[in-house]
Amino acid sequence: MKHEITLTVNGGTLPIDVSPNDVLLDTLRTQVGVKSPKVGCERGDCGTCTVLLDGTNVRSCLILAIEVDGHHITTVEGISHDGLSALQEELIAASSFQCGFCAPGIVLVAAELLGHHPEPTREQVQEAISGNLCRCTGYDPIVDAVLALANREESPS
Amino acid sequence: MVDHGPGARVLAGGTDVVPWLRDEAIAPTALIDIKSIPDLHLITDLDGSLHLGALVTFSDLLASPHVVARYPILVEMGHLVASAGIRNRATLVGNICSAVPSCDAGPVLLAYGAAVHVVGPEGRRDVSIADWFEGPRATALQADEIVAGLTVHAPSEPHGAAFAKLARYEGEDLAQANLAVVMAETHRYRVAFGAVGPTPRRANSIEQLLDGHPLEEDKIVAAQQLVADEISPITDLRATKEYREHMCRVMLGRGLRAAASRLAGAGPPYPARLV
Repeated sequence: MKHEITLTVNGGTLPIDVSPNDVLLDTLRTQVGVKSPKVGCERGDCGTCTVLLDGTNVRSCLILAIEVDGHHITTVEGISHDGLSALQEELIAASSFQCGFCAPGIVLVAAELLGHHPEPTREQVQEAISGNLCRCTGYDPIVDAVLALANREESPS
Repeated sequence: MVDHGPGARVLAGGTDVVPWLRDEAIAPTALIDIKSIPDLHLITDLDGSLHLGALVTFSDLLASPHVVARYPILVEMGHLVASAGIRNRATLVGNICSAVPSCDAGPVLLAYGAAVHVVGPEGRRDVSIADWFEGPRATALQADEIVAGLTVHAPSEPHGAAFAKLARYEGEDLAQANLAVVMAETHRYRVAFGAVGPTPRRANSIEQLLDGHPLEEDKIVAAQQLVADEISPITDLRATKEYREHMCRVMLGRGLRAAASRLAGAGPPYPARLV
């Protein structure tokens, strides 16, 4: 039995028909057509399906679509409406990623962190991304880029 | 729950229920989302006891100034539960309702003491946390009941506490072993282990050995010698039973010293990472 829910994804509100056991990650990818949340472990371990739910990072593989009827979902597309964000530019400049599979999730948790803590410590950055596995880089280039951006924005240019 | 019969299941944070659904480890006839029930997300202080509604997430605990100030052991534990993306959804009550042997909330609640508030067709009843865990993923909750929240009873006297979690890596792993220790000023001790038996459990013989004594090194060594009798670890993909047993002795020593040191006003500041 299908139920109609209303999702606001990256600012656009749309009605979607879902089954009660449809997982949000699958709904976003197959019905909404947003492909940046990736299908990784599908059990909450890897973080590659991360989305922001009402501004807070969650695992879209651990949420049923029907649970978030009426809520706001932000994916990486939603923070780069008008071209890449400063955070994304910094990550590119630092060659922070290689394969890029983890990038959408890490960009979202780093963006959320910087929203709450514009000048995070290294430990805060590490803690923020600790649930997002990256198998390419060893994390340092990612942490360095987030800190570099925070330091640059802090100092007058 | 009554309308839908014994096949119904409660959905709160979903961080266990959704993957179990996908794995077909559970096949509920109905999934009842309780997130719209008012007041279940509240953290309140009732007569010096901490009341946590069933929807209080681990992130809510870490963000509560009251919990940080008065129940820092919950913060030390919550800080080590998975990562922020999970903690933003996963609830403490869900943690003990899922009742996997490695649940991080179990040892802390056993060491502090807690009452689980259960609501069912017969009305309300309270279950002591000591009687809550009945086996892996099995609790005292009946099929037609739900948990509305729980009340944590901190010792009324000055005390130090510590939580330790052994895992393969930081940020996401389940515990290979976990431990909560409480040491009160009157030399009363509480020790509880998790992930090294079918349920989290108090280590009664260790508590009896220590009770009434200041924490001295020979007592710590004697307590460590009782660890093997108090736990029944298995070998699985996360660790061998021998490693778990050895590390439980190490964690007990560190936990006792940290709790005693905190009681004395020093010690590692909360939240620490003891292993």
